[in-house]
Amino acid sequence: MTIKAALAGATVLAVSFFSAAAAAEMTVGFSQIGSESGWRAAETTLTKQQAEERGIDLKFADAQQKQENQIKALRSFIAQGVDAILLAPVVATGWDEVLQEAKEAEIPVVLLDRTVDAADDLYLTAITSDLVHEGNVAGQWLADTVAGKPCNVVELQGTTGSSPAIDRKKGFEQALESHDNLKIIRSQTGDFTRTKGKEVMESFLKAEDGGKNICALYAHNDDMAVGAIQAIKEAGLKPGTDILVVSIDAVPDIFEAMAAGEANATVELTPNMAGPAFDALDAYRKDGTAPPKWIQTESKLYTQADDPMKVYEEKKGLGY
Amino acid sequence: MSRFLSLHVLRLLPQVAALAVILLMISFAFPDFFRLEIQNGRLYGSLVDILNRGAPVALLAIGMTVVIATKGIDLSVGAVMAICGAVAAACITSGHSLAVTLLVTLGAGVLCGLWNGVLVAVLDIQPIIATLVLMVAGRGIAQLITEGAILTFNDPGLIFIGSGSLFGLPMPVVIWLAFGIVVALLVRRTALGMLIEALGINRRASTLSGVSTGVLLIAAYMLSGLCAAVAGIIAAADIRGADANNAGLWLELDAILAVVIGGTSLLGGRFSIAASLIGAMIIQAINTGILLSGFPPEFNLIIKAAIIVLILVIQSPRARTVFAWLSRSRGAADGAGQDRADRAGTGQEAK
Repeated sequence: MTIKAALAGATVLAVSFFSAAAAAEMTVGFSQIGSESGWRAAETTLTKQQAEERGIDLKFADAQQKQENQIKALRSFIAQGVDAILLAPVVATGWDEVLQEAKEAEIPVVLLDRTVDAADDLYLTAITSDLVHEGNVAGQWLADTVAGKPCNVVELQGTTGSSPAIDRKKGFEQALESHDNLKIIRSQTGDFTRTKGKEVMESFLKAEDGGKNICALYAHNDDMAVGAIQAIKEAGLKPGTDILVVSIDAVPDIFEAMAAGEANATVELTPNMAGPAFDALDAYRKDGTAPPKWIQTESKLYTQADDPMKVYEEKKGLGY
Repeated sequence: MSRFLSLHVLRLLPQVAALAVILLMISFAFPDFFRLEIQNGRLYGSLVDILNRGAPVALLAIGMTVVIATKGIDLSVGAVMAICGAVAAACITSGHSLAVTLLVTLGAGVLCGLWNGVLVAVLDIQPIIATLVLMVAGRGIAQLITEGAILTFNDPGLIFIGSGSLFGLPMPVVIWLAFGIVVALLVRRTALGMLIEALGINRRASTLSGVSTGVLLIAAYMLSGLCAAVAGIIAAADIRGADANNAGLWLELDAILAVVIGGTSLLGGRFSIAASLIGAMIIQAINTGILLSGFPPEFNLIIKAAIIVLILVIQSPRARTVFAWLSRSRGAADGAGQDRADRAGTGQEAK
């Protein structure tokens, strides 16, 4: 009995040791866009955490918002002979050549949180939230909230040409199609940053009769909304009441604003993209199971009714 | 004195005219453009927005003008802004007083300038390369300080610098106007400006005639660092957080453009801080005008580029020759006055 138990224990140990050793052999290169928003920083933190928990050797490259840096990083990962590459692409186009190089080197590439305009045999899978769906959830919330009253919406777009900017705009417009009372009157890019969000909102307020003409703000990310909220306050209006504020991402600072009544709703883009990515890679390496080409994450809606302060405390530690 | 004044007015004429034309064009597209009102005890309107949003580039342009006058260039100012914003946020969140925070932050900016200045003046590295070092490394340093996240703060004193108001004007406007006037007086009411121009035209000759060019060069880069520090504080205070990745991103290019639109030659020598400040306002007026016009964002950069190319073509020496020739053929009497305007305008022929 004791011998049996000891043997079993030893087997378990050995198995776990071997599987740990096998996992440790996996080296993954991660080309991150940068840390242009708090969300991006949280994604980086969570990816590093996930890699550490699974004993994966993660090589991290920060591209500082430049595609050329990402292509360089990918080429250097290929030259180093990593086992897999995680790529969060800064723009949608121009990836065919470097992805082809990775394919020829038989290195699977997993796209994180954004997709690319390239043949889908050039990458293993894309793990993203459905960006169109996110915009749709935000638009639906706004339509339900104003409930038939006429409402002029201003939109702060993300970086021109990036897939979240294109898709979040599309989804929001789709949700508004069946509601004639909702109209997008102005739409400009705020480059996903607080500074530009604030500057562009200032010009919207000036252009629309000091903001009296605006009933709601839809921002493609929370950071632009945070900047815009300051602009609304400085113009002498109450964000959240005079102008409804709905945005996407669910970073901690927007929950603080929601707790203060200055923002109304946000759609969560989960920063844990690496978990599903590593799962898919493990399965692929073990027995060659190809994952579906697209793995969708959940887009959860948070409003002022969801105890924003509690969510804020939970999210604060994530490195946002 | 009146000759001196008229020369000054003539020097600024192309820039003022360009700014006026742009403002007029915006007001055609957006009739409420010139409307100003008092709200919460401060002026409120699109014109104020231009002055306010243009503050970082205006501040950078002050330092950049002096550096360019020494035949140098400072590519690091955007990154120095990010460093200083991060330093300010880190200082204030770790519980230091506003005075300490400001001193440390300005000190950090001056230190960055000192580094650039030593590379250029002592090690004799070409300015574009020397300052490129900090341009690349600076953002990394700023990220180290903020640990990659946006470092937010709630100190009312620091926030006041970004969004408070004084004399009915937003604080950033007061700061860049005051800073511009102080620096302009400093270089024009003393021999400093003349020495800087001499250094920019011929460093060797200036050294031989007894100008301590090394010290002067280092001081120019330190001034640029100081300007970047003030701009960095304003940018961070404006959004109540230090955004190491985006604060000051590409602003070094806007600052250089402001100096060029201001008519200061990149070959060094004659410079005008007032013209550079108007140049900075021209750039911001274009930005704000595009936002107000309601064009789709895909057009932003193209419109901006087209207007700037137009301004630069009109200011180019070739175009001036054509204008001068046209006015001469109209009336010989006007010719002499036009000639003098040309010389004052470009600065280069005067050497």
